[in-house]
Amino acid sequence: MEAFLASTVSVAFHGVALGMILYVISVGLSVTMGLMGFANLAHGVFALAGGYILTTSISRFGVPFPLALVLAFVIVGAGSVVLERLLYSRLYNASDLEQVLFTIGLIFIAVAVARFIYGTLQQPVYLPDYLKGQFSLLGRDFPAYRVFIIVFSAVTVGLLWFSIERTRWGAMVRAAVDNRAMAQAVGINTRRLFTLTFALGSGLAGLGGGLGAEIIAIQPTYPFENLVYFLVVVAVGGLGSLRGPFVAALLIGIADTSCKYWLPQYGAFPIYVATIGILLWRPMGLFGRHA
Amino acid sequence: MSAHAGGYSADPRIRWIEWLPWVVALCAFFVLPEYLSLGARILIYILYALSLDLIVGYAGIVTLGHSAYFGLGAYVAGILAAKAGITDPLVQLVAAAAAGAALGITTGAIILRTKALTLLMLTLAITSVLLEIANKATDLTGGADGLSGVVIAPVLGLFKFDIFGKTAYLYCFVVLLLGWWLVRKVIYSPFGTALTGLRENTLRMHAIGAPVYWRLVLVYTVSATLAGIAGGLLTQTNQFVGLNVLSFESAGELLVMLILGGVGRLYGAFIGPLVYLIAQDMLAKQFPEYWYFGIGTMLVLVVMFARGGILGIVDGILVRLRRKT
Repeated sequence: MEAFLASTVSVAFHGVALGMILYVISVGLSVTMGLMGFANLAHGVFALAGGYILTTSISRFGVPFPLALVLAFVIVGAGSVVLERLLYSRLYNASDLEQVLFTIGLIFIAVAVARFIYGTLQQPVYLPDYLKGQFSLLGRDFPAYRVFIIVFSAVTVGLLWFSIERTRWGAMVRAAVDNRAMAQAVGINTRRLFTLTFALGSGLAGLGGGLGAEIIAIQPTYPFENLVYFLVVVAVGGLGSLRGPFVAALLIGIADTSCKYWLPQYGAFPIYVATIGILLWRPMGLFGRHA
Repeated sequence: MSAHAGGYSADPRIRWIEWLPWVVALCAFFVLPEYLSLGARILIYILYALSLDLIVGYAGIVTLGHSAYFGLGAYVAGILAAKAGITDPLVQLVAAAAAGAALGITTGAIILRTKALTLLMLTLAITSVLLEIANKATDLTGGADGLSGVVIAPVLGLFKFDIFGKTAYLYCFVVLLLGWWLVRKVIYSPFGTALTGLRENTLRMHAIGAPVYWRLVLVYTVSATLAGIAGGLLTQTNQFVGLNVLSFESAGELLVMLILGGVGRLYGAFIGPLVYLIAQDMLAKQFPEYWYFGIGTMLVLVVMFARGGILGIVDGILVRLRRKT
């Protein structure tokens, strides 16, 4: 009984850590899709870039871990503005097929560039000493790194929710998601709003990629391999919402960890089946609007 | 996607230029005997791309999971040959087609109730489920090592699959010819026109009372059947099935081929695989990094500047020439 309890606690803990990472990476995708109706399959590229920036700046330039996280966020966010202005913005009115093809093209390019620069091997993550040990709570030990992930993500998520729900900029974003034409009509510069939101979402993906570099391995095929997970979070959670993907990400994180722990012979099979079931039950996602 | 072949008002008779691919394919058989295995591969991918064009190009269903039906066909043919001892190629092909059709109609009936992101996600999830099954059911599929020991009896008891790939090439040629005939029939029928209508304006199709959902399910099933046949052909010519037939990359690659040739144009599905697979054969092994970089760049450029693909560019040039004269 005690062993079962211990493994349950451990699975829940690791599941929450994975779910937090998935949420920080995918929330930007949910907002881009909800706000601009853009099917950005290349979202994982931003997370991968964040992961590379974090690992390289630590291993090659000796940047301290917290600063490396900030760098991952800022550089990816800034880089995404360039991409958005140059490429994405031309396709806002294009069909689903064209957006899908364009973003698959971006993935191919990113995978090739990553392989060219870093080779095919997984990037090692050098954690600072204070994140290496164990953290004990209520007589149980938890790896400090994952505790950090959970706490850090929770703070980030809190800040994000606050800025969307309580600030003027957040009100503008919500207005544009609800009704873009009306938002434009009352004088909101949706064009600039898109760019800013895109940069924020991509920056968060970069941050998530860096933060989770030890959980989701940083290697060139990352955007392909994890695409399903990011899309599941967004589709199951519901487009354009903040809470939906949060619940979905936690569910997936916990479900994935439990499957790997208790039912390794089935792989990710139960997750996909559950996803199909949920989407058939509620095609707009758990918290999507027009369900 | 304005200038597409087909439509109810179009003349359904076969124009002379439509025989060109077949003449080229037959000439290749005699002129390039050392490239027949690549040729068979191209023919198979043309059939596969045709099946995708039917749903993406004509009916406007965006899918990332077409490899599910291709892979299922490949595994059904392979398992029959390697485990069940059924070595007749035509029986295997019929089984692959039936499996593709069965999966197509069941999954199609479920997922075509949704649209946009949800549809995309469901197609991806279905492929992932199949991939996971193929990966884990090692007794049946060989898992990550692939399924080997595929034995193929002579076609009709007469034509043995030879080491040079002559039989395989002609066999794929005939199957593709039949597949092309079927797809062409579908496109030029009133049903095909209804599909184009769905792609252009689903709401209006609802408004005129068309049975939108059933039309989509039907075309999806036809497409899945053809993809299943293409998968079966791949197994028979390679005498091996690997997990990659079901992967997301394989579905993505197929989309690349189709978009390169031109979507919704019927013959785009011929040009795309031809150009892509020949280029891959020449470049991919020497320069894998540059290959994927090139593919990605090409996709971005095609979407940005040449939405009709190669055939679209050719069309544009022809129109300009005609204007001048």
